[in-house]
Amino acid sequence: MSITSDSEPKARHSVGQSMKRKEDPRLIQGRGRFLDDIVLPNMLHLAIVHSPYAHARIVKIDKSAALAVPGVKAVLTGEDLTAAGLAWIPTFHGYDKQMVLAVGKVLYQYQEVAGVVATSREIANDAAELVVVEYEQLDPIVDPFVARRDGNILRDDRENKTNHIYHWEVGKRAEADAALASSEVKVKQRIYFQRCHPAPLEPCGAIADMNGASGRLTLYLTSQAPHAHRTVVSLVTGIPEDKIHVISPDIGGGFGNKVPVYAGYVVSAVGSVVLGVPVKWVETRTENLTTTGFARDYHMDVEIGASKAGKLTALKVTTVADHGAFDAAADPTKYPAGMFGVVTGSYDFPVAFTELDAYFTNKAPGGIAYRCSFRVTEASYAIERGMDLLAGELKMDPAELRSLNFLKKEQFPYQSPLGFEYDSGDYETTLRKALDRIGYTDLRREQAERRQRGELMGIGLSTFTEVVGAGPGRLFDIMGIKMFDSAEIRIHPTGSGIVRTGTRHQGQGHETTWAQIVAEELGLDPQNLRVEEGDTDTAPYGLGTYASRSTPVAGAALVKAAQRIRERARKVAAHLLEAAEDDIDWIDYKFQVKGVPGKTIGMKEIAFAAYTNPGPGNEPGLEATYYYDPPNMTFPHGAYVAVVDVDRATGATKVRRFVAIDDCGTVINPMIVEGQIHGGLTEGFAIAFMQEITFDENGNHLNPNFTDYLLPTSLETPAWETGNTVTPSPHHPIGAKGVGESPNVGSPAAFVNAVMDALAPLGIKHIDMPLTREKVWRAIRDSGA
Amino acid sequence: MFPARFDYLRASSTDEAVAALAQHGGEARILAGGQSLIPAMRFRLARPSVLIDINAIDDLRYLRETGGSLLIGAGTRDAALETSELVTSGYRMIADVSVLVADPVVRQSGTVVGSICHSDPAGDWGVAALAGRAQIVVRGPAGTRTLSADDFLVDSFTTALAENEMALEVQFPRPSEHTSGAFAKLERKVGDFATASAAVQLTLDTSGAIAEAGVAIGAVGAKALRVSEAEQLLRGAKPSKDVIRAAADAARKEADPGSDTRGSAEFKKEMAGVLVARALVSALERLGVGGMA
Ligand SMILES: Cc1cc2nc3c(=O)[nH]c(=O)nc-3n(C[C@H](O)[C@H](O)[C@H](O)COP(=O)(O)OP(=O)(O)OC[C@H]3O[C@@H](n4cnc5c(N)ncnc54)[C@H](O)[C@@H]3O)c2cc1C
Repeated sequence: MSITSDSEPKARHSVGQSMKRKEDPRLIQGRGRFLDDIVLPNMLHLAIVHSPYAHARIVKIDKSAALAVPGVKAVLTGEDLTAAGLAWIPTFHGYDKQMVLAVGKVLYQYQEVAGVVATSREIANDAAELVVVEYEQLDPIVDPFVARRDGNILRDDRENKTNHIYHWEVGKRAEADAALASSEVKVKQRIYFQRCHPAPLEPCGAIADMNGASGRLTLYLTSQAPHAHRTVVSLVTGIPEDKIHVISPDIGGGFGNKVPVYAGYVVSAVGSVVLGVPVKWVETRTENLTTTGFARDYHMDVEIGASKAGKLTALKVTTVADHGAFDAAADPTKYPAGMFGVVTGSYDFPVAFTELDAYFTNKAPGGIAYRCSFRVTEASYAIERGMDLLAGELKMDPAELRSLNFLKKEQFPYQSPLGFEYDSGDYETTLRKALDRIGYTDLRREQAERRQRGELMGIGLSTFTEVVGAGPGRLFDIMGIKMFDSAEIRIHPTGSGIVRTGTRHQGQGHETTWAQIVAEELGLDPQNLRVEEGDTDTAPYGLGTYASRSTPVAGAALVKAAQRIRERARKVAAHLLEAAEDDIDWIDYKFQVKGVPGKTIGMKEIAFAAYTNPGPGNEPGLEATYYYDPPNMTFPHGAYVAVVDVDRATGATKVRRFVAIDDCGTVINPMIVEGQIHGGLTEGFAIAFMQEITFDENGNHLNPNFTDYLLPTSLETPAWETGNTVTPSPHHPIGAKGVGESPNVGSPAAFVNAVMDALAPLGIKHIDMPLTREKVWRAIRDSGA
Repeated sequence: MFPARFDYLRASSTDEAVAALAQHGGEARILAGGQSLIPAMRFRLARPSVLIDINAIDDLRYLRETGGSLLIGAGTRDAALETSELVTSGYRMIADVSVLVADPVVRQSGTVVGSICHSDPAGDWGVAALAGRAQIVVRGPAGTRTLSADDFLVDSFTTALAENEMALEVQFPRPSEHTSGAFAKLERKVGDFATASAAVQLTLDTSGAIAEAGVAIGAVGAKALRVSEAEQLLRGAKPSKDVIRAAADAARKEADPGSDTRGSAEFKKEMAGVLVARALVSALERLGVGGMA
């Protein structure tokens, strides 16, 4: 390590270093162990029969032809599950329940209707084609605005005969309305954040293994939240929680898609209980895209008021949410619309109000947090688009408008009008860095020249604020379980160790960053700190990985647990250094006798002594656990700038440059953070330009595979230019905030703002995502230019 | 998704493949790169009971110029064209297609002949075959015959191949010194089939007028379409913005697309025109005639 001068921050042992990812040699050499790699003796395979209709009554199911296929062991239907009390299960946030296999009627196309268990996956699939289901078609509703009229009640199982699920609001309605009415300048726009799908490369799957002798159910699940799933399984089935073992093996991407409980999980478990052997279920791509948790689908009316000089006066956002057939959004109990209240963004609104109404439609359920803290992406998109619309109305530079209205560094901690306490931020510095990096002034000059020649070039900004790290137990729970997280550290005699948390990474790099955090606190070698997650028999209880909560919550628990180790080690150090405990300092990653720089001892030696010579009265061994209840959320922010050229004749857009400056507080591993930013920006790019789950008027899903649900390749993905500023979180033990989701949250608005900026000379104000060639072409054509 | 059950046969010679076709008739399908056939089988849109794999037939893997034509064997992958000096220097329109068809991974397996045999209306090679006036050599129990691309491409996923015939080769006549072409494609992302595409090939006479023209459009009809009206307009004309515009309008007229997730019929029709115009502009540029954009 280099010698540092006083003016530079002191080089740290481990945190802040771009250590290569410890998990990569295993993963990139094909030596990971994903769900479908696991093969158990006598294992059977489950295939699911899906509904071809979006809304239909089930008249009859004939299993006989399927059961006659050699190798078929069972065919399960909703009726069979009813007998087991498992036809319906509660949804995560407790306002609704959902069907496992359809009972009585189907409510969306591809809904699970029956399960076929057979000796091979091929036989199960062939036999699934032979399950004959007779349907009587019903009128489907594919539009939440039609659902709202309650002309056709979709959920006759519910007590309230309405398609309305809930109303939610926060802020001051009357004040916001009054402020808007008296504002000198106003903009109002219906903005639709389209239904999209996280589409992890590995689809969902399960292996259920009920051991009839021990009475223990082992569930291998593609789960982002293995402990939560264990508890849910216990509550739903009545199996005592000690008899349930959930193992979440390597996961090939989750993005929120692997938080809910899916039909295949339950049916494979029932299959294993009934047949006494393990049953595996692995989704097809089509099943993943059509039945598992979608994201977004918010129709937002955004209204912003301002003075002529551009000072914000009020914000009002009214949303209609399409939740599909069941209300299966996995939001914390007290937050049915997630963290949508962060919609005031990075700006100093004197007054704000937002309300939301959610409706059932004949579409797959979901509304999961796709790479964002619950509904933050929708909120961020609404406000960042709104700010550009306002800038257009005011004929003001969008960067200037943002600067004028940013919350100032000195305003933190800041109480937002919609109920959050922002922990820290320095929006102006981040924006300046982004503008300098991209050469904003020169680009505006170039744009002016191109406009003279009739060329369409646009520059788009997004200066977003997120709220992540759910969350403080007084506010956040899922099914009553507080959203704390946990860490357990065991240091072995030779100074290596094992680190476990209640989170479950799916590509985020925990095996590396967790080791770095612990190494930093203990002065040990991160290479010899093994990180293990995902096994409920060994990991401490936690709520899992999503909503950028791992570093803010489990990361903090790790620091606290490591500090507990250090306190125990201090006693051993006192014994070894023959000094009083109070006279032992922790300096430069070593224990030292106060004022005697020569008398030191490192953690590695202490570890050995902890097992061989702990000292009289000292507890042997070196382990600690910590359950961390965060005092607040963390509020990462960023400034993104996109430069786009638009082809007038075809509507094709090309992202020429993209600068992303992120501020996630203290950075643990810059390389991993950069990787997260690259991934999230690529997803944001896809959402902005090519992804949408659409339905025809009969509720047929039009994007059931990767031919029609598009994932960008490296060839069209822009080259990302990344950078950062550091505004530590004042309440996190090492100042870290979450980062995995910022790029997905912040980037869609930057892309869309850039395209709208390009089209501004034609008088075009807004086009909903995805900005396909045809939509852009149509807008240009209709502008008459 | 899993294909329905099928038998698999690896042919080691063309004789063997043709014999197997004769034996199994309509139940059998030739397996070339598998980039169209296997996905169709996985979705169970195709359920052949026998696959005759021709990938082990070394004799079919060639790319050479003989008798004034580029000969592409049925075993030749798209990727071979992309890196061929012969193609990139002498066959500009084909070179364009070779880097725009599918994606780099698919091009490692997919074959030109297989694509033409598939006759996907949105496929790129059929469009190129029409504009480049390609011929397809096919073989059945009675021997070989040669068909023009126009005769070979019959309809959506339908060719003139009889059940007991396979294609051996596609032949593209070598463009003369005064001939060049271009291919233009609008796609939603790399690796997507065309929303619309256009291929053109032009020959100039000594006076600089257009002596011969091939114009075809893709993804805007039941199959790849030749735009005869555009060819007639171009033939004999001096290159001009007006004649390009007229040819593009002829393409718009000829286009008869359906609406789907790639776009509305209206959009695709319009794009057929835009792409024909763009392909003509770049073909002319390649012939040293600028200022047409
Ligand atoms: C992700 C992806 C993207 C793609 N994008 C594009 C694109 O942008 N543009 C495009 O044009 N194509 C695209 N394709 C299709 C690809 O180019 C295919 O490779 C091509 O269309 C078929 O060639 P193949 O060798 O794979 O044929 P196969 O799939 O093996 O066969 C296709 C059909 O032709 C028949 N056949 C093949 N060879 C012969 C023969 N010698 N004689 C008789 N019949 C034969 C087969 O029986 C089958 O019916 C894409 C494919 C994929 C998977």
